[in-house]
Amino acid sequence: MSNPTTAVSVSGERPPTAAPASAPRPVARRNRAREWATRAPLLPALIFLIVVTQLPFVATLVISLFDWNSFRPDRRAFAGLDNYKTVLSDDALRESIVTTVLLTASVVIVSVVLGLLLALLLDRKFRGRGLVRTMLIAPFLLVPVASALLWKHALYNPEYGLFNGVLNWLGGPQPEWLTDTPLIAVEASLIWQWTPFMMLILLAGLQSRPLDMIEAARLDGAGNWQIFRFLTLPHLRRYLELGTLLGSIYIVQNFDAVFTMTRGGLDTANLPYTIYETFYNAHEYGLASAAGVVVVIGTIIIATFALRVVSSLFREEASRA
Amino acid sequence: MPVLTLRAARIPVVALTAGALLTGCAGMGGGSSGDKTIRVLMVNNPQMVDLQKLTKKYFTKETGITVNFTMMPENEVRDKISQDFANQARQYDVATISNFEVPFYAKNGWLMPLDGYAAKDKAFDQKDVLPSMRQSLTAEDGKLYAEPFYGESSFLMYRKDVLAEKHLKMPERPTWQQVADIASKVDGARKGMNGICLRGLPGWGELMAPLTTVVNTFGGTWFTKDWKAQLDSPEFIKATKFYVDLVRKHGEAGAAQSGFAECLNNLTQGKSAMWYDATSAAGSLEAAKSPVKGKIGYVQAPVEKTDSSGWLYTWAWGVQKATRHPDNAWKFISWASSKKYEELVGKSFGYANVPAGKRSSTYSNPDYRDTAGSFSEETRKAILAAKPRDPGVQPRPTIGIQFVDIPEFADLGTKVAQEISAAIAGKQSVESALKKSQQLAEKVGEEYR
Repeated sequence: MSNPTTAVSVSGERPPTAAPASAPRPVARRNRAREWATRAPLLPALIFLIVVTQLPFVATLVISLFDWNSFRPDRRAFAGLDNYKTVLSDDALRESIVTTVLLTASVVIVSVVLGLLLALLLDRKFRGRGLVRTMLIAPFLLVPVASALLWKHALYNPEYGLFNGVLNWLGGPQPEWLTDTPLIAVEASLIWQWTPFMMLILLAGLQSRPLDMIEAARLDGAGNWQIFRFLTLPHLRRYLELGTLLGSIYIVQNFDAVFTMTRGGLDTANLPYTIYETFYNAHEYGLASAAGVVVVIGTIIIATFALRVVSSLFREEASRA
Repeated sequence: MPVLTLRAARIPVVALTAGALLTGCAGMGGGSSGDKTIRVLMVNNPQMVDLQKLTKKYFTKETGITVNFTMMPENEVRDKISQDFANQARQYDVATISNFEVPFYAKNGWLMPLDGYAAKDKAFDQKDVLPSMRQSLTAEDGKLYAEPFYGESSFLMYRKDVLAEKHLKMPERPTWQQVADIASKVDGARKGMNGICLRGLPGWGELMAPLTTVVNTFGGTWFTKDWKAQLDSPEFIKATKFYVDLVRKHGEAGAAQSGFAECLNNLTQGKSAMWYDATSAAGSLEAAKSPVKGKIGYVQAPVEKTDSSGWLYTWAWGVQKATRHPDNAWKFISWASSKKYEELVGKSFGYANVPAGKRSSTYSNPDYRDTAGSFSEETRKAILAAKPRDPGVQPRPTIGIQFVDIPEFADLGTKVAQEISAAIAGKQSVESALKKSQQLAEKVGEEYR
């Protein structure tokens, strides 16, 4: 069985653009004027965007070069790259990088797998499908901090939580979820929130499958597993990549779950929480800014890949149309 | 000229914080709200919740000054206040600061001195404020920088009925060893009831406060007089081990995530037989709707090597130096910390809820004594017995009982609390927690030597 989907090379090479219009010069000048006439109304918005997003970041960059503790305004001094050295050598910060990677990777992988299973189920026609889909999406619509509170108190709490209540009723043990398995407990709540997101993306992917292809495969005698393995999965690859990358960008930045459930105790402090502590509790503005810049750089690297995937998706759609 | 660059950068810094973005419009200018509005940032303790309920009906009605309150849990409120005051961002005019912050806030020039206002305001009666409170809110320059809203020490609360059932008697002046024995005997006295609730939630104002008082009375200290860190000393280890063992054996479930609020819930719901914590908790336990009202006994904080071990703490009103409404700010403080307001709370919510522990007159008020009799005398004794200059068995480099009064302590205390919280969770031994903590403390100590 060959792979029938139109393959687009992964390296993201661009299909050749239309040949440039070989027009005489004066026309080009007029064209440029017209181009600016269309751009001009957008300029205020662009300038506003730069002012509210890029200037604070530049400020952060500047601050990250200073040794600045807000409790000691008199000791402010230029420190060069010292803060960055500290960020990369400080045990607590290094541990929080590891925690962030662990947390992000496990949440994304488990959510994608669960999301795929749910999407495959929802792809079938059955009575009440719309209702089930709505109910499955609900966790994703919850405010993150509300979800974290719900998990900490209503579910995990060893004295009055639902989990231990059910276990008690069944005569089972009474584990202290957040104490015994802190990181897994935080991950579980995030997985619950992010699975619907993955499910939505993959469901969209499933519903864009060319059905005639599957029909043909069935006639050729392919079983369900073969169809999934050789037709559905290759087709879903782009969507899986997209879900993984978007999920990673969001979960790397997750703060609410760690802050609400464990206060960064028991090795659950991820980078955003550690930056929060450095900024608000230790009042080390310079150090916190440097750590923030490091996170931004990491996120940009991930985002670059994400954008590539998205653009190749669009190209694939265009080439198919 | 780094200072210049940073001055310019200060505005975006403020804008960077989410909080400033959320209330940015209110924080800038404030012209739209007129001159009759002040903004107050406070911790979300029950006494402040009562204050919020009464302000509009009484204070605003009398003076025409609208008060916008923002309330947050203790850890967050500290962070927010220090940020707003450090930048003099004027997002808030008045904030609840404690005797921990006053010395170095004043030193940095972030607070408005209140002596002038207090002297002029005869009705406020500054002399009525307890001496230890006045002292702890006066900075090195001898000026007064905050007015107490309520003061507290710490003591031991226990269920009289549960101890009686088990034929146990709480000593007048218990030692920690005696408390541990009683905890083991009342553990499981009722279904789902543990022996004692002790804080285990990371945070210098959470787990670290009660634990440090235990360290003091076991003969330990954070630093010697000349800033040598002592977290790996035998006394410090013994005290921490005692605390961790007690909470692991006979403490509440999920101790590593339990703070003041969780323990208050546990006691109110009958899940704990004893609790060592702030004296201000008694007001909530004896409140009209409390299911354990009248069932709780109170004794002084348990000791080992010292005469007393209760902490000294006050939530007090500080005014940001850059405020545009100093007169209105004082009017609010003068009302909120007045004798009249205490009466008002007594009449509105019952005298158990009076923000006490700051004025001598409170304890001679017959109405208050009638209701709060069970804990008022123990509270007064504890506050008077607290010795912030000499809380242990050796001289200290700073003032303070349950904290070391340096700005770095917020971070140091929190990091150490995270290590000890992990020991409470059983993730590491007390020794290894304190070994790591000692290194952190040594770094801080070096800066002061």
